[in-house]
Amino acid sequence: MNAPAYNFAYLDEQTKRMIRRAILKAIAIPGYQVPFASREMPMPYGWGTGGVQVTAAILGPADVLKVIDQGSDDTTNAISIRKFFAKTAGVATTTATEDATVIQTRHRIPETALSENQVLVYQVPIPEPLRFLEPRETETRRMHALAEYGLMHVKLYEDIARFGHIATAYAYPVKVNARYVMDPSPTPKFDNPKMDNCPALQLFGAGREKRIYAIPPYTQVVSLDFDDHPFEPYRFNAPCALCAAEDSYLDEIVTDDKGGRMFVCSDTDYCESRQAAGHHGSLSAAPYKEKAQGGING
Amino acid sequence: MYVAVKGGERAIENAHRLLADKRRGDQSVPEITLDQISEQLGLAVDRVMSEGSLYDRELAALAIKQARGDLIEAIFLVRAFRATLPRFGASEPVDTGAMRVQRRVSSTFKDIPGGQILGPTFDYTHRLLDPALAQGFVPEAPAMADASTAPTPRVTDILGRDGLIESSPQAEDGASVGDLTREPLNFPADRDLRLQNLARGDEGFLLAMGYSTQRGYGRNHPFAGEIRFGEVEVEFLAEDVGFAVPLGSIELTECQMVNQFKGSATEAPCFTRGYGLAFGQSERKTMSMALVDRALRARELGEEALAPAQDEEFVMSHSDNVQATGFVEHLKLPHYVDFQSELGLLRKLRKEFTDAQAPDAMKEAAE
Amino acid sequence: MVDQAALENDQPLLVATSISKSFGRIAACRDVSFALYPGEVLAIVGESGSGKSTLLQLLSGQLAASAGHVSYRMRDGVARDLASLGEAERRFLYRTDWGFVHQDPAQGLRMAVSAGANVGERLMAVGWNHYGRIRETASDWLTRVEIDTARIDDAPRTYSGGMRQRLQIARNLVTEPRLVFMDEPTGGLDVSVQARLLDLLRSLVAELQLAVIIVTHDLAVARLLSHRVMVMKGGRVIETGLTDQVLDDPREPYTQLLVSSILPP
Repeated sequence: MNAPAYNFAYLDEQTKRMIRRAILKAIAIPGYQVPFASREMPMPYGWGTGGVQVTAAILGPADVLKVIDQGSDDTTNAISIRKFFAKTAGVATTTATEDATVIQTRHRIPETALSENQVLVYQVPIPEPLRFLEPRETETRRMHALAEYGLMHVKLYEDIARFGHIATAYAYPVKVNARYVMDPSPTPKFDNPKMDNCPALQLFGAGREKRIYAIPPYTQVVSLDFDDHPFEPYRFNAPCALCAAEDSYLDEIVTDDKGGRMFVCSDTDYCESRQAAGHHGSLSAAPYKEKAQGGING
Repeated sequence: MYVAVKGGERAIENAHRLLADKRRGDQSVPEITLDQISEQLGLAVDRVMSEGSLYDRELAALAIKQARGDLIEAIFLVRAFRATLPRFGASEPVDTGAMRVQRRVSSTFKDIPGGQILGPTFDYTHRLLDPALAQGFVPEAPAMADASTAPTPRVTDILGRDGLIESSPQAEDGASVGDLTREPLNFPADRDLRLQNLARGDEGFLLAMGYSTQRGYGRNHPFAGEIRFGEVEVEFLAEDVGFAVPLGSIELTECQMVNQFKGSATEAPCFTRGYGLAFGQSERKTMSMALVDRALRARELGEEALAPAQDEEFVMSHSDNVQATGFVEHLKLPHYVDFQSELGLLRKLRKEFTDAQAPDAMKEAAE
Repeated sequence: MVDQAALENDQPLLVATSISKSFGRIAACRDVSFALYPGEVLAIVGESGSGKSTLLQLLSGQLAASAGHVSYRMRDGVARDLASLGEAERRFLYRTDWGFVHQDPAQGLRMAVSAGANVGERLMAVGWNHYGRIRETASDWLTRVEIDTARIDDAPRTYSGGMRQRLQIARNLVTEPRLVFMDEPTGGLDVSVQARLLDLLRSLVAELQLAVIIVTHDLAVARLLSHRVMVMKGGRVIETGLTDQVLDDPREPYTQLLVSSILPP
């Protein structure tokens, strides 16, 4: 039998070069979706194959990798992808945002501000912001080519006419570098402002849909809106119950079946760092270290 | 005190151990071997090789075992392995006309040069469950004839000699073959890419699409011109030595549909073609593929294209079961960040709705 | 002082020069030439199969001519050959300076989105970004085409045939185009609904000084709306002239037949 043998970071070098060419093109045309010959990966489509291919193509032996899903380093899919690279590339991994050189994410942007020596790699399910307005690829590509985005505004208009607000809470469309309308991946719109003028390189990989796009460092990213209905990031109005942060995106935790709720940071690294630095919320009586030991994972 | 959910790592390890245990099943039952899968579940192996697009019976059998018999999962395993293999080049086109046929049927002519050969088929079995197969069944030795030396020309070639069927478009010399696993797909796609997409496509999807054309959604009057299954030689042109080197033989099923004719004032009428090809014995797959291939040629042949099976973008974007299963099943992944955002918006809208009703209620209360 | 507007009105808006179109061996349109001036309404009449709809598609740049060319004087005063326009320029023209009213409103409207968004779409496409003002303008236009503004948030699929057609007109006119193409705009409507729509069209055309090229098989529509008529048969223009002149005193036997069969005395 042909005993399978795998290259550094799984992908063969030819494939990596192909992906890097697509990434370079994407950086040269901010917000433009570059088609690339996405490979079958050993995890299913829809579980981060685009992000994994981008990460595999840019990862070097000296990189330090962080992987998050829903803002957390501990969710099963984040662990699975982190272990995949630890195994196939042998790179160092971390959960600390500031220590990472490459951060692969699904659905969130870390709360800690990113820096120039970092790359944020997004996993993207549907890269086409116009897809649910116009199902045909041939038509949406023409709309992008001609910058014909009236249809997107029609959608926003309809939201306001029906609900009084733009009724898009996540995957909120943005315009990049005053040219291409782009889907930021299903991040909550709370994260949209972090994409604007960001010092880090932002790369987006959609494996099943075979598209790569990018926001180069310090690029203008504007959330679509109307002058009289400006974009507003949404945040539940409460401090984190564990670290008392007032500026982080919160997960809602159902604590019992009698309507009990608590709100905690979705970004676990941010939350734990704050607790370690002595910030305590209403429900975290114990000091951080004890709490960490109390967790199943030690 | 609340502790955020942790321990994903442990959970994954435990889940994998449990899966391995379930895969093995009751350990007092002998473990299935790859030979057993390859020999006794041969059609499953054929399907995994076809849709996994890798001709390797042993790896396909391993994938089926590892996937606990879930064929789409097995196809996925093979594809993920195949994606990492280096490419040396493309083989020479295989000559299916020179196939050593084990089975060959035509529904268009009663007899054909080289004869109709029924071969191993379910076609005329009665679908009665056979208790004899439950254990220790030893089949009779099959009736064997001497290998025939009579040529078995393809039925479409016979029709083609009289110009009754359109000629197969010939690629230009030196033209490279498209490969959608190496180049991103753009629409409209050429036929080489369409055929590659269909060859890798899900058998069930193609079956339903092909079936829909028969029921009037893009009808194209098909006749099964010929279905043949057997062995062909694969050759590779080695640049260094300057001639084609045989690599070995593989089993293929080929289906050539003969479809409704075209013609105009300037062009003599002739039948049109639909083509299907798959690894191993995969008749349902190749027949469905040929129907869909023909349906997708509507635009090229100047026909009205309104049915789903004639819609290239629809068919090609949804035929791949590895893509489809991944995206459908990704709904299992956590979405609570997005859900939280939706929940926030919905609560806000509901509150505004209630507030808008409230002044009337307050007025009534005041009165 | 030179009256710039008067000067511009002396220049044709659209000029067709010897345009022909054939599909295989069938010539759908042969050697058609004419000039259309600002504010002028031209009716193209003829039976089905006469080539009038093909001609409309050629004039509006939806079909490429086999021979001849069409030029249009852009808002900057420069006449451009339609065939030389890029896709982006042509689409821009379509959503600003031109309108196209289809016989079937479903082809010209987004049937699943509200009337307000249908009218507002062109404004948003040219950069309007104030919801309140877009809605106000849409609302004005609904009033002008006699649609109750209470229906602004309803989708056209809940509208009657006549309302849909009036909405399509509002959607086209909101960017104040100078030229509107109309393909049998009263085609699928009841007679009483037709009369109301024609009245509305006539007053809007006069008020906005629109140039219109209208294709119709209904000579009553041509008489009510148009200044000039072109009669087509077998892909050729066989007679052209002032509407009253052509309809009251047709020169060609075919036109005489058309007039006598369709316009009862």
